[in-house]
Order: sequence, then C-alpha cells, then structure tokens
Amino acid sequence: MSAENIFITREEIPPESTGKLSGKTIAVKDNICTKGVRTTCASDMLASFVPPYDATVITRIKQNGGTIIGKTNMDEFGMGGTTETSVYGPTKNPMDTTRVPGGSSGGSAAAVASGEADVALGSDTGGSIRNPAAFCGVVGIKPTYGLVSRYGLIAYANSLEQIGPIAQSVGDAAQLLDVIAGADDRDATTRDIDTKNDYESAANDPNISGITIGIIEELEDGDSRVLEAFRDGVAKLEDVGATVKRVSLESISRALAAYYIIAMAEASSNLARFDGVRYGLSGGYDGDWNEVYSASRNVGFGEEVKRRIILGTFALSEGYQDKYYRQAQDARRWIKQDFERVFSTVDVLATPTMPILAPKIGERIDDPMELYLMDANTVPVNLANLPAISVPVGTVDDLPVGCQFIGKAFDESTLLQVGSTLEGLQ
Amino acid sequence: MSELVSEDDVRHIAELARVNLSDEEVTQFVQEFADILAYFEKLDAFPETKEPTEFSNVLRPDTETPSLNQTDALRNAEETEDGYFKGPRVS
Repeated sequence: MSAENIFITREEIPPESTGKLSGKTIAVKDNICTKGVRTTCASDMLASFVPPYDATVITRIKQNGGTIIGKTNMDEFGMGGTTETSVYGPTKNPMDTTRVPGGSSGGSAAAVASGEADVALGSDTGGSIRNPAAFCGVVGIKPTYGLVSRYGLIAYANSLEQIGPIAQSVGDAAQLLDVIAGADDRDATTRDIDTKNDYESAANDPNISGITIGIIEELEDGDSRVLEAFRDGVAKLEDVGATVKRVSLESISRALAAYYIIAMAEASSNLARFDGVRYGLSGGYDGDWNEVYSASRNVGFGEEVKRRIILGTFALSEGYQDKYYRQAQDARRWIKQDFERVFSTVDVLATPTMPILAPKIGERIDDPMELYLMDANTVPVNLANLPAISVPVGTVDDLPVGCQFIGKAFDESTLLQVGSTLEGLQ
Repeated sequence: MSELVSEDDVRHIAELARVNLSDEEVTQFVQEFADILAYFEKLDAFPETKEPTEFSNVLRPDTETPSLNQTDALRNAEETEDGYFKGPRVS
C-alpha cells in the first residue's frame, strides 16, 4: 500500500492491443467495473464484488494500448468531497499528507499527482473529478453529459454523472478523452456527435485570441487567497488576448439545494438494487425479505450513504415530492436556461474550481452541511449537463489552486484550448 | 433550529428506504436534517421556465445479441439454487 492510501486494489490489467495509450499507466476509480477485478465503490456493501464485465471506458482503454495499474480509493459510492467516507480510510493529499486530496475521485487525482500513474479515470456527479484535481494540483475534465458512456459505472445519480480523465497536463487529459469519448449502444444517453473531434490537437493549439471569458459574479466567494490566485490567472489570459467580462447568473443561488435534492433522490432509487441477493453483502440475517434486506443495508452502507438514501427517499415521498423533488427539477431547468442565455455573449465561463484550499484530514467530515457547501462552484455544471475543466492556477502556501472553465455543450475543444493556454502561462 | 422531521419521521422514512438505523443514528439524523432541510428552503419562488424541446427518444432495432451467461451472472450471489438466485422468504 502506498503511503497516501491511493489504491483499494493494486492489480495490473494489460492492454489488448497497441494504440494511443501504449506505454501509459492508468489508475481507475473503484466505481468503474473491471472484469475479474474487484470493484468496491469503497463500501463494505461491495467489498467482494467482482464484475463479470468491463465498463465501456475500460474496453476502450484496453483496445487503445493502455495498462491499468489498479483501482483507486474514493468516497463511498462517490458520496463526499474529501475521500474520507471511504470504508478503507482517507487518501492523503500528495502535496501535503495532512490534508485531504478532495473527492470523491481522490485516489485517482492522488495517483496522478504522486506519479503512481500517468493518467487516471474519475467520475463527476457534482464536482468529483474537478474538486480533487484542484486540491492535488492536476488537470481534470468533466465531459458534457452524453459524451462518455456510463455503461459499467456503478450509478449514484445517473442524470448528473460522467466519467472523465485526470492527468498531469491538459494534453494528456485530452488524449485519454479522445479514447473514451463516443456513442455507445449500451448507454442510450450517449450522443452520436461528430466523432472527428480531436481533443488532443485542440489541447496542443493553445490559442485564445478572440475568445471571450465570462467571470460568474455569484461564484466569486471564498478564501481571498484562492480568489487572488484565480484573478491572477484570468489577468494573464487577458494579457495574451482573451476578452474578459463579468456576467451574472441569478439562478446559481438555487443550484446547491437543487443539486443535493436531485442527487439524493436518484441515489435512493439507484442504491435500492443492493439487496444482498444478486451481489453485495448479504450478512446471513434471519427473517423475511424486508427484514433481511434492511439489516444487510444497515451494515453494508456507511453513514453518508444512509444519510443520502434517507433524505432522497424523503424528497420523493408522498406529500413532499412537490416541495422538494419537483421544485428542484424546475430550478434545474432554470439554471440550464440561464447558462444558455449567458453563452450567447461568452465562449467560456471561469470560476475558482473550489472556493477553499484542501482541508485538513478530519477538519470538515463531521458537519455534512459544511461539506455540501464546498461544492458551490462545481454542481451548477452537472445540473446544466455542461463540460468543464479544472486547470492548476498557482499555489497558496504550497497548496494548489484550480481554475475551472465551463464550456458550451459538446464544446470540449474550446475548453482544452483555453485550459492549455493557462497551463502554458504558469 | 426547530425540528423539521421528528424521530418517528426518520424511522418511517428509513423503513420505506429499507435501511435499519440504530437509535443513535436516528437522533443524529433528526438534528442534521433540520439544517439540511432548512437549506433546501432556498428553493422558493423563481421564474417560470419553458419546457425544453431538445430532447428526443433514442431508439434502436430490437435485435438479439449475446449477453452475460448464467454462470457469470450468478457468480456474485451469496446463495444460488438450480441456476437461480436464492433470496430470503417473501413474508
């Protein structure tokens, strides 16, 4: 085991042919199914689950020459922003081992930041790729909803989440995105868009003359040192030819509440499949179906997972569905339309990825509401199904700060151009 | 902060969700849910939005293709019998 507790399972999965990723080592978040290699979601519920099939992204990596080196630690079922809800204990941030790496894809970001892997796969439901990328000082991409197949991703909130790359550079992240992107018969939400998109070429063409960057006024909140690093980065982009303007998205104030209600509601439904009969912990309890099912889920799920299943069940229950779930869906639509409006005047939007520096291990985990508030800048992107990238934008007291760029749907190429421009100016 | 849900409410929802909770968990969740549900009150009035029009169904021909075989499908089950999953009695 590495000192940072990065991997849950360290096992090599060799490539099936040569390709773009030949010679590259890849770490994979442990909620992405790997045939014959245990996939736990960092939960006791799936501690001995061995998938009988590969996720589509795994098939594509093997076919393109990539060598998978292990399955990485994460918040249990992706529910958390620090990797502390893992039943295997927290991963340590390679930049400062007293701090969290962020989450929920904390193991994947730490694997890249520490050099254990060349690139990694994470999944992002409300920031779970961008958050650890920012805290560990690496690049993370949350693709447009529908660009990457979710087949074989163990679902948490399926209307929000996407698999995406984490890498040391924008170019490496783009190369992995080239491999995993594209329509898949096994995920009907993937879109058959122009597959000639060459993300790696876009990343290698750091040109932003004529690009207008919008700064979201409502998300200029947080640690003043983080904001200063962010503003310095934006100023550098302005110096090399970008136009910068401030924009307002009134709907953003509702995003966090809408996100948590929708994510919890979907979680309560998705996690109903863990019955201990077909797979997962059974526990060997006595009693009828409901009694055995309820007892094994009490033991198999950790505290944050139970919290979200119960709040989600509440938000969908009779008498409360209109107040919580339906209003959250209406707010989501408003947020989506607000982004569409503002994208008629800008090419990309920019915010600090996280409003704070990486917290100390143990600092925030006891207050769920405090933890949820950390996600203010990342969740609007998932609600609007848009692509976003987090790129390092300097450090504060040796701790990395991330700059988030948000793009128009399926316009990853512009994000990569802007992201690699900022990278070149660091 | 007043309690938005009572201990009995939490127990009832946990039963609907089929997750047993300890007494300590129930007490803890009642307190935390007060904060979280108060925050959700932010979802009050906002402008009416028009229904999106860009969505369309994705259809494909209904043709048979190979899928998981029975042995693989049963491999993660704790108990099986005659090629079936074996679960607890229904009632």
